[in-house]
Amino acid sequence: MASAAIPANQVPEKKTNYLTNGYSVKSWLLTTDHKRIAILYLISITAFFFLGGFFAMLIRLELLTPASDLMHADTYNKAFTMHGMIMVFFFLIPVVPATLGNFLVPMMIGAKDLAFPRINLLSWYLYILGGGLILHCMLTGGVDTGWTFYTPFSTAFTNTKIIEAGLAAFIAGFSSIFTGLNFIVTIHRMRAPGLTWNRLPLFIWAQYATSIIMILGTPVVAITIVLVAVERLFHLGIFDPRLGGDPLLFQHLFWFYSHPAVYIMILPSMGVISELITAFSRKRVFGYRFVALSSIAIAVIGFLVWAHHMFVAGISLYAAMIFSFLTFFVGVPSAIKVFNWTATLYKGSISYATPMLYAFGFIGLFTIGGLTGLFLATLGIDVHVTDTYFVVAHFHYVMVGGVVMGFLGGMHFWWPKISGRLYPEGWARLSALFVFVGFNLTFFPQFILGYLGMPRRYADYSQMPEFQVLNVLSTAGASVLAVGYLLPMIYFLWSLRYGPLAENNPWAAAGLEWMTASPPPTFNFDETPVVTWEAYNYDELDHLKEQKEVAVG
Amino acid sequence: MAGQVDALYLYLVLVSAVMTVLIYLAVVVLAVKFRRSAGHKAEQIEGSTVLEIGWSVIPFGVMLTFFIWGALLYFKERTPPTDATEVYVVAKQWMWKIEHMEGQREINELHVPVGENIKLVMTSQDVIHSFYVPAFRIKQDVLPGRYTTLWFKATQPGTYHLFCAEYCGTSHSGMIGHIVVMEPRDYAQWMTGGPSIPLPEAGKQLFSTLGCSTCHRFDIQGRGPNLQNAFGKPVLLEDGRTVMVDDNYVRESILNPTAKIVNGFKPVMPTFQGLITDEQLNALVAYVKSLGQPAAGTAGAQNQPAASPAGQTQKTQVQ
Repeated sequence: MASAAIPANQVPEKKTNYLTNGYSVKSWLLTTDHKRIAILYLISITAFFFLGGFFAMLIRLELLTPASDLMHADTYNKAFTMHGMIMVFFFLIPVVPATLGNFLVPMMIGAKDLAFPRINLLSWYLYILGGGLILHCMLTGGVDTGWTFYTPFSTAFTNTKIIEAGLAAFIAGFSSIFTGLNFIVTIHRMRAPGLTWNRLPLFIWAQYATSIIMILGTPVVAITIVLVAVERLFHLGIFDPRLGGDPLLFQHLFWFYSHPAVYIMILPSMGVISELITAFSRKRVFGYRFVALSSIAIAVIGFLVWAHHMFVAGISLYAAMIFSFLTFFVGVPSAIKVFNWTATLYKGSISYATPMLYAFGFIGLFTIGGLTGLFLATLGIDVHVTDTYFVVAHFHYVMVGGVVMGFLGGMHFWWPKISGRLYPEGWARLSALFVFVGFNLTFFPQFILGYLGMPRRYADYSQMPEFQVLNVLSTAGASVLAVGYLLPMIYFLWSLRYGPLAENNPWAAAGLEWMTASPPPTFNFDETPVVTWEAYNYDELDHLKEQKEVAVG
Repeated sequence: MAGQVDALYLYLVLVSAVMTVLIYLAVVVLAVKFRRSAGHKAEQIEGSTVLEIGWSVIPFGVMLTFFIWGALLYFKERTPPTDATEVYVVAKQWMWKIEHMEGQREINELHVPVGENIKLVMTSQDVIHSFYVPAFRIKQDVLPGRYTTLWFKATQPGTYHLFCAEYCGTSHSGMIGHIVVMEPRDYAQWMTGGPSIPLPEAGKQLFSTLGCSTCHRFDIQGRGPNLQNAFGKPVLLEDGRTVMVDDNYVRESILNPTAKIVNGFKPVMPTFQGLITDEQLNALVAYVKSLGQPAAGTAGAQNQPAASPAGQTQKTQVQ
């Protein structure tokens, strides 16, 4: 809509890009341009990230001392619930697909926009509606169930805002279903001529795999939320045994979505890492097919492992063994990715630019996150460490260490394309260091805490003062981490005004998105590109560059 | 058990450490060796199917050792020995209520003799809790509406933390207690303190006051199945299925009698849902269980409560 109305009085010699194409609030709020919607998402998701981070700091401050002294136990319970809900539903799940994915999927495949631009805008409004509800829920009393909503606590034993919080997650879920649907149709139908599946950037493969999980998994959690609401409001026995229900049924339904949701979070970041490693090694990825198909394998096998969250919940011995086995199975494609990325470095021409530092950080943290996942998949060990800080440390290594490192790496890499400006490299490297060090200091001690037996979700550990030292370390690390996260926000904003102008392809990277202007015009490409080369054709690019240099010389 | 869990844990830590060091080394060495420099160009490599299959299959093989070792351990953790002493646990927001067979009751403390197999039969009055003793490396969720079990054998006298590990509301972190492991002699002493009626005996009294005995008769065929020697054996249901008469089946038959009708009987029993407490339910289950056990053990528990701890002490010493 907005894009169709190119102002007639535009200065003719300066080409408009998606940012200069209209400055009114309306031109943003009613835009159907995937790049503008990506920016809308970026702003709102960043706001939720810092809100979720605020609750994380509350948690860390409370745990600085054993006694429950900073806040009442109820407040603490609401704080970790809000932290979990906001970070999972309003940050981790949408962050990479809705920002980088939205911006890049059409550009990387040489399309003008997503297949359904209006549905894309609708998905942002749904996100905002869900986000508004969760804020309303937070301001009018909050929820104290943890983001997992376990029954029958959530249906019969808490008088906090379950319905509002559930509705917020329900609505945000539809936003994610729409994004997934849009990506799948776009990737199938709108690839540029010559851009076959085997020539797609790995980021696209990862988004595709993610979209499959989004449209197949999200409806299940939506149904589960409805069932919780039905039991809570109308006392129909579904989960509460006093009404003839089964509390474990909830856990099965919940984890059937929420485990694959972990892959919704991590797969897009893995896609980002594949782009970064290749661009800064100037190499085609080692084993393109294995890396591409491992994303699909993760998406498919990821649906078959949910009950590994329930090894002590009361499922049968044999069910536990099957799910343990399948969980090891899903470890294989993740391992393939790490090994192939590492192998890609071999005989490369490696630059240590900030995005690459984040890629290294991702490999470092994801390796630990993945390997500790194997501890949890091992039945005899899981019994001891599940529901302790070991689990907390593990999933933060994967989700924060993995997802956020991928997101920040991607933001630095594509920032010149998104904003048309360069960020300050020195500050960026410094903040990458802060993030890596702060992260490890925050979460590594929690592995030890978990093995020593500190349970999750404890507001008070005054009977166990032996846990304090590790908690103090963790809180100290969280402060370093906070600085690492605040810095990029500051210098990105700074660069919008003061950063040097970016060229079309400042990294000399492969990929269609680098073949158009920075920032790109509204419809991305002046002419639809025709692809005659394989993905990551760095040898051709370098060859062309040499020829040019020779010609100039 | 703790030692075995730690052994497996150590194995995993070692393998993971080796993997982590290898990957970190590879990344650092490659990143330094092939850093960008003038005149140096990247060399394109398509990939290597042999290598890739190798680093898929070999790690999976290593993972299989995790799986097998972990599953064997889990099997042991989840299969209580048949000679285990049973203790009932009722969880509620936010306390642990313990009932010994001999009738002793405790709150947030569980006294056990060292060296004896203890099997906990647990249920919750409200939400899901989780019985967690880090020192023993054991944990089991405690659910409303059914029994779950957990067993351990303490090897060192002492006091150990008991935590609730499944988030259960406001005072979740206050739902903690202790496992007190005592020398058999001290335990026998502790057991004799305080008046108490053995659990099966309390169940027997309930069995008659609640009117169960009018239909579940031992002399002639009543309207309900004869419960003598029923526990621990499979029973044929009306719909052709067979179920094991265990704690959960007895519990369900009291709370939801029409769910699984024994073949040849009519669904005439009223529900006791909401009419009896979890403690009373435990007593009834313990009574039905005592009816199904070999006469010797039952008689000991039923008729001579004072002799029971002494008997256990003896058993422990023999072990």
